[in-house]
Amino acid sequence: MSKSQPQPSFNLNLAVNKFFLSAFVVIAFIAYAIHQRLTNSNFTADASSSTTAGQTDSQQQTSASGLNTVSQSGSSTAYKNGTYTGPQIDAYYGMVQVEAIVQNGKIANVQFLEYPNDRRTSQRINSIAMPYLQQEAIQAQSANVDIISGATLTSQGFIMSLQSALSSAKN
Amino acid sequence: MGMPITVDIVDTKATESIFDEVFSYFEYIDNTFSTYKDQSEISRINRQELKLMDASEDMRTIFALAEDTRLRTDGFFDIQYDGRYDPSGIVKGWAIFNAAELIKQEGFENFNVEAGGDIQAYGVNAQGQKWRVGIRNPFNMDEIVKVVAISNCGIATSGTYIRGQHIYNPNNRDEIITNVLSLTVIGPDIYEADRFATAAFAMGRNGITFIENLQGFEGYMIDRNKMATYTTGLERYTLHD
Repeated sequence: MSKSQPQPSFNLNLAVNKFFLSAFVVIAFIAYAIHQRLTNSNFTADASSSTTAGQTDSQQQTSASGLNTVSQSGSSTAYKNGTYTGPQIDAYYGMVQVEAIVQNGKIANVQFLEYPNDRRTSQRINSIAMPYLQQEAIQAQSANVDIISGATLTSQGFIMSLQSALSSAKN
Repeated sequence: MGMPITVDIVDTKATESIFDEVFSYFEYIDNTFSTYKDQSEISRINRQELKLMDASEDMRTIFALAEDTRLRTDGFFDIQYDGRYDPSGIVKGWAIFNAAELIKQEGFENFNVEAGGDIQAYGVNAQGQKWRVGIRNPFNMDEIVKVVAISNCGIATSGTYIRGQHIYNPNNRDEIITNVLSLTVIGPDIYEADRFATAAFAMGRNGITFIENLQGFEGYMIDRNKMATYTTGLERYTLHD
């Protein structure tokens, strides 16, 4: 058999519990916020110290195979800081020209100065309801083929312009 | 010409002369339509030295075909930009088709003509099978990621193969280069496949839907996540490992 507690003390316990719970939440939040600020500034400090350590392998921000080739041959020498403009290369559908920016001895960015398809990128694409179409992850095929279909031209122009730009950047 | 062209004729009666004829034709096309040649007809039109109505029959034909394509694709295909005309997105397929016609007229039945990754193929290959076409991996130019077998039709691939998080259109720095890296279209002939591949590529991810809804065409789109999306009828062309 249980007896219910007197009403006033029951209410007081509940109120006290609520107060401590609220206080806990507020304190926990403040503590979390402070923790985030501390860890963020620590992270920044780590990043900057690693770049000044003088690593020479350049960050790959593009996947063009030509860039891979250039960075492998240049891995024993750093690039000089600066902005390097490659020549204009005729990629049939237009001219391709790239600019490479080297910071801290590494390729920090590669940008197009000229790009054949740029007239299309300002098109507003109508939003069309997409019917469900099948998808698959692409996989290398080993079958022999007679002919290859693929867009190669612009990428070659890109590689050629970039390699030339980076050859001026090498120490 | 700014791109490699290959002509592969299986029929044994082929001699030097048909190849000469085809390559001469492509030279003529380049001299007429290349915007990088100062004295080409298109350059003279762009400098307003020549009016379209006074231009050659081929030029007027191309403009008419371009207008037809523009209307059919809601303006996503348009040879005019910034007051200049550049018909290369339609000339390539049209020229390959015409070159293939030259070969057919000489009585050949089993051959293909390929220029810059766009192909018109007739009959069968040297092994007696439909022509095997590999779609290049946009992420690795030494690999193919899809094989299709075609005959008496055309296949065209539009694409950039440009990727990477930090590449921008310098004319619009808020815009990152398209999600779609490559769009391959199989159509009744290479002229049709090329013009619609060009238009559909400009539509981004909606391009493959456009091809799905186009009667008689199939498509295979590869995006920056290495995923391919393809039309429901593509299976009749595909071969797998």
